[in-house]
Parts: sequence; C-alpha cells; structure tokens
Amino acid sequence: MNLLRQALLVAGKDLRIEARSRVALNQVVPFGIVVLVLFAFALDPDRGLLPRVAPGLFWVTVLLAGLLAISRVFAVEGDNGVRDALRLSGLDGAAIFAGKAMAIAVQLLALEAVLGVGVVVLYDLHPHDPLVVVVTSLVATGGLAAAGTLYGVLAAGLRVRETLFPLLVLPVVAPVMLGATRAWEAAISGTPSEAWPWVELLGVFAVIYVTMGWLAFGPLLEET
Amino acid sequence: MSWFARRGTVVLGALAAAGLAALLVLGLFVSPPDFTQRDAVRLMYLHVPAAWVAYLAFGVTSLASTLYLWRRTRSMAWDILAGASAELGVLFTGLTLLLGSLWGKPVWNVWWAWDARLVSTAVLFFLYLGYLALRRIPADPAVRAKRCAIAALAAFLDVPVVHFSVNWWRTLHQQATVFNPALNPTIHGTMASALLSGVVAFTLLYLYLLERRYRLAVLEERLDERLLEAAIAERRAEAGVVG
Repeated sequence: MNLLRQALLVAGKDLRIEARSRVALNQVVPFGIVVLVLFAFALDPDRGLLPRVAPGLFWVTVLLAGLLAISRVFAVEGDNGVRDALRLSGLDGAAIFAGKAMAIAVQLLALEAVLGVGVVVLYDLHPHDPLVVVVTSLVATGGLAAAGTLYGVLAAGLRVRETLFPLLVLPVVAPVMLGATRAWEAAISGTPSEAWPWVELLGVFAVIYVTMGWLAFGPLLEET
Repeated sequence: MSWFARRGTVVLGALAAAGLAALLVLGLFVSPPDFTQRDAVRLMYLHVPAAWVAYLAFGVTSLASTLYLWRRTRSMAWDILAGASAELGVLFTGLTLLLGSLWGKPVWNVWWAWDARLVSTAVLFFLYLGYLALRRIPADPAVRAKRCAIAALAAFLDVPVVHFSVNWWRTLHQQATVFNPALNPTIHGTMASALLSGVVAFTLLYLYLLERRYRLAVLEERLDERLLEAAIAERRAEAGVVG
C-alpha cells in the first residue's frame, strides 16, 4: 500500500468518526459563530469598525475554534487504545501524520467556509478579490493543520493536554495569523499584489511544518 | 564532581562576577551619557547583552536537541543541557523585554510599542515558555526527552518565520548599531567598550548559570533514583524478602 493510500485511509477514519459524532458541526462551528457575535458586542458594530478589522477577527476565530477541532481529533485517539492500534496497524508514521493533517485541514476548511459567510453577513465584509481570499485560506489552512497535528501529538496522552496544547501551538502559528490577516486585508482593499508575499510566507510555514511532522511523527508515535 | 571541574566552576563564577563589576564601572561611570537619550542610554549595556545571551541560549538548546535526536550522539546529557539552556533563554528573553520596556518609556515615551523586534521577541518568549511547560510534565524520561527535543526544533524553525512576518508588518526599532549592514559601528568608543564588556560579562554569567543548572538537574535525577531504590528496599523489607 503506498503512502498516499495509507494517508487517505487515516484521514477517512478520522472524518468518518467526525461525521458520526458531529462534534465539530454541533459544537465547534456554533462556538465560532458565538465568538464572531461576541466580537461585534465588544466593538460597537455601528461605527464601521467591524468591516475594517474583520480579517483579523476572522482568523482569530478560526484559530480559537480550530484549536477545539484539533484537540478533539487527538482526544479521540486517547479512547479505546487507538494510539496502540495505529502503531500496530503497520501504517507508516509519515502517512499517519499526513492523514491526520488532511482530516484536520478538511475540518478547518469547512469551519472557515461557515465563518467566512459569517463575517460577510455579520460584519458586512466585501472581498474584492475572491481568488486571493481562497488561495490564502487554503495555504494558511495547510500550515495550521500541519503545525496543529505535530503539536497535537506532542501533547497527546499527557494529563494536562487541554491547557498545554493551546500554549504550545498559539505562539507557533502566530505568523500564520499575521500573514493570513494581511493577505485578506489586501484582497479586501483591492490591492491583491500586496497579498502574494504573505501567501508565500504562509507557504514556507506550511512546508516547514509538513516536513517536520512527516519526519517526526513516526518516532513520536513509537515511543509511548 | 572532580576537583578540576569544581575549580573550573569557581573560576567561571569569579570571572562572571568580575565582568559584571567591570560592566558596572564602564556602564555607569566611564561611558558618557548619550546626546539625545542622556543617561537612559546606559540601559543598552544590559538590554543588548541580555538579548544576545537569550539568542545564544536558544541556539544551545537547539543544538543540544539535535544532538539528542541524532541516534549516534543520543544521551540524556543533551536533554538536560537543552532544558537548562532553555530556562536561561526564557529568563534572559524576559529580562530583555523588561529592560527594553524600561528603556522605551524615557526614550519612546511608551512602555510597549508594536515594533517588529519587540513583537518577535515576545513571540520567542512564549514559544519557549510553552517548551518549558512541556518539559515540566511528568513522563518517562526518554519519552519526554524525545518530545521536548522535537518541540525545541519545531520552535526554533518558527523563529525565522516569525521574524520575517513581523518585520514586514512593521518596523520602528532603531537599526542594529554595531552589526549594521556596513559593519561600521556608529557608536562612541567608550560606549562600545561598555557594550562589549556587557556582552562578555553576560556570556560568562550565562555559562556559569548553565553549568549550575545542569549540575542541579543531574543531582535531582540522581536523588530520584536513590529515593526509588530506597522505596523498593523498604517494600522488600516489609515483605520479608532478603536481598
């Protein structure tokens, strides 16, 4: 079985669990929307401030809700000895990493789609350049999923995982938050040429953490 | 600990103390006040060396983590060294931020500015704070060492990305004074020597503290082993097993 098929197998498993339990749909997505509403409460929506800061608020919300989704993917592993089963399955560590990262990426993209509609509707946001918005989101999601998966397994199985994971991962993904926000702002203000350097930076981030996860995941799974 | 090693530590500590004393004299009395910043410029002699030591410490952590991960050089010593150095790195990064804030108030008239170097230093601080939190969690030593080594490298690889992203975002901080692109120091002679003595003194202090922290971690581990052995012996005695 080649690596891609193995990865798809793992991704399929994670997404199937998600489709059946509907935690992301019933809890994570509503949580994100509540956060968007709370931002509107905090920043008086009538003064035109919201559309200007909408990209930043969008990405902060994606990060907060995304953390929940990623934690969930690794919490599922803790039950019923799934970690041991994965190790015994003979699947390649790199493929397991790729599969889990893919499953997380799919969930994050779905979350972003819903929250994207949310910021358009709630914050009155008009993207001038949808292509930049979409490309930025895809590349940023790749980086978030890779870094999230790597740190997820670093914190997995530890007693204080819920509190440790955000502390570990948030400073690491700070550049993603920054880059994606600036790229979105460029797309919204109608200056897409300013967005591409940021997209490149997001790409570099994604490549670093995909490589890192690809190499480190096998050894990390082996040990415990 | 051998007599030689113990003597070495004492000498290192004495050198660090002497360096700090020299820095005190050079920084407070010999070097002139700055034309625009007046006496506030003296904070530079602490701020810049602290930042240098922070980078040095994180560099050592990364190197030690790599050596741990590489099978041929794998040894718990590298793990302990990485942890000890990261602790000092976080300490000196915190010190850099604090001193910078104290310097920023009289010079920029703000405690904090959203300038590139400030923000990336703050992110660096939190990156390694997370690493230390990961280290502190009780787990099997070999498991923890491997996880921490990978976490240290993942954090280290993030540093250039953070640096670039924040730099594009905004820049207000004064340009590097000594290592500017032309490598032509734009600084008064005695000020430069005060700064240099600060860098030397802080580096010596770092090495001294690193040695102490490393030693302490080794002793802690040995104590744990001994307590465990004692506990096992006690249980055996209770059960009446001989040997």
